[in-house]
Amino acid sequence: MSYTLPPLPYAYDALEPAISAQIMTLHHSKHHQTYVNNLNAALAAQATATSANDVPAAVANLQAIKFNGGGHINHSLFWQNLSPPGSNSATSAANLGKAIAAAWGSQDAFQDAFSKTLLGLQGSGWGWLVKHTVTGQLSIVTTKDQDPVAADEVPIFGVDMWEHAYYLQYLNSKPDYVKNIWTVINWKVAEERFNGGRGDAFKVLRAQLS
Amino acid sequence: MIFNMSATILRASATRSALRAAASSAPKRAGLAGASFVRGKATLPDLPYDYGALEPAISGQIMELHHSKHHNTYVTSYNNFSEQMASAQSAQDIAAQIALQPLINFHGGGHVNHSLFWENLAPKSQGGGEPPSGQLSKKIDESFGSLEEFQKKMNAALAGIQGSGWAWLVQDTQTGNIGIKTYANQDAVVGQFRPILGIDAWEHAYYLQYQNRKAEYFSAIWDIINWKTAEKRLK
Repeated sequence: MSYTLPPLPYAYDALEPAISAQIMTLHHSKHHQTYVNNLNAALAAQATATSANDVPAAVANLQAIKFNGGGHINHSLFWQNLSPPGSNSATSAANLGKAIAAAWGSQDAFQDAFSKTLLGLQGSGWGWLVKHTVTGQLSIVTTKDQDPVAADEVPIFGVDMWEHAYYLQYLNSKPDYVKNIWTVINWKVAEERFNGGRGDAFKVLRAQLS
Repeated sequence: MIFNMSATILRASATRSALRAAASSAPKRAGLAGASFVRGKATLPDLPYDYGALEPAISGQIMELHHSKHHNTYVTSYNNFSEQMASAQSAQDIAAQIALQPLINFHGGGHVNHSLFWENLAPKSQGGGEPPSGQLSKKIDESFGSLEEFQKKMNAALAGIQGSGWAWLVQDTQTGNIGIKTYANQDAVVGQFRPILGIDAWEHAYYLQYQNRKAEYFSAIWDIINWKTAEKRLK
């Protein structure tokens, strides 16, 4: 079994003008593909180390699984929680919308808080809206590099803040990328993830095993 | 031209003196200057070469954005958070000081790292790419076998960085030995290790020219390494 690159649920240019076709092409066909390739290699190395009872090798390999596995998980979630501008607006998220209003006061206040969090990231990483599995409550979290969200969190949607996600179009104008990303958030998918559990959010990964 | 960290620091104190001089010749600003500028300010150092001078290894567009935008943001943010730190200290607000520490680390590190980086690069016409000599060359041969082997190891370290960060040739201040270390984000080479030569592996350092082909950037950068500067940093 190995992982394969999931196809995008839209064309490379479908997120313009928020995200250029050039960025989407490189981001999906090069960056995400590299995470998939390196994840498969790391999993194969792990199987070898495990069957040889080589614990030092298995432990040394864990970070490669975390980084590349995280890269595959995060990008798979990200593509799904984006959609062409205006196609799945915040009004398509009834239950989630209520929970957001209850937690932050309003949709605008939530988006301001989320945007501030994105802009406060130091280095490469992601911003996420998550639902805690125990309490059902929402919060905004960040993960560094390719760390995925914690095991007791359901990812509702994520925004990639690596420079490769925006630099060719926005250069150092990171606030403009953050402003425009709101036009392509897929609130329909966000609502589905909010209504479901972790297994539902990650089903896209199981679909890419072959 | 020799640029080093002390030049950057001297520039900061020269700016401070200039601000004080301006304040004393304009009495109505004296109070403000006394309160706000007593600590001095970091300033963006001039590049020791033109933006286009490192082509084809690094494009003029990258150099201009990297220096005038990215580095400048680290400088202004460092000054901003340093002022807030000074206020928190004078208010003896320990929680606020702790909250500010990561911001000082990040933006101060960004300023220090980029200042060192510009100086350890040079156009070919100014000696870029000319191999090291003397003590540094000897230490590289002893530690890595050859300059070529060192470059391979450094490139492997650069390629292995997960996320944003830097790779450095460092000198252990305890033993004098040299080695390769990577640092996350803008963490600076301070404490036990002395920075000898740094390479920026943030995507903004190469993406406009190399996109996802970062190995090509790591390979090309050796054509513009200023080994003279690296040699001067070795103790």
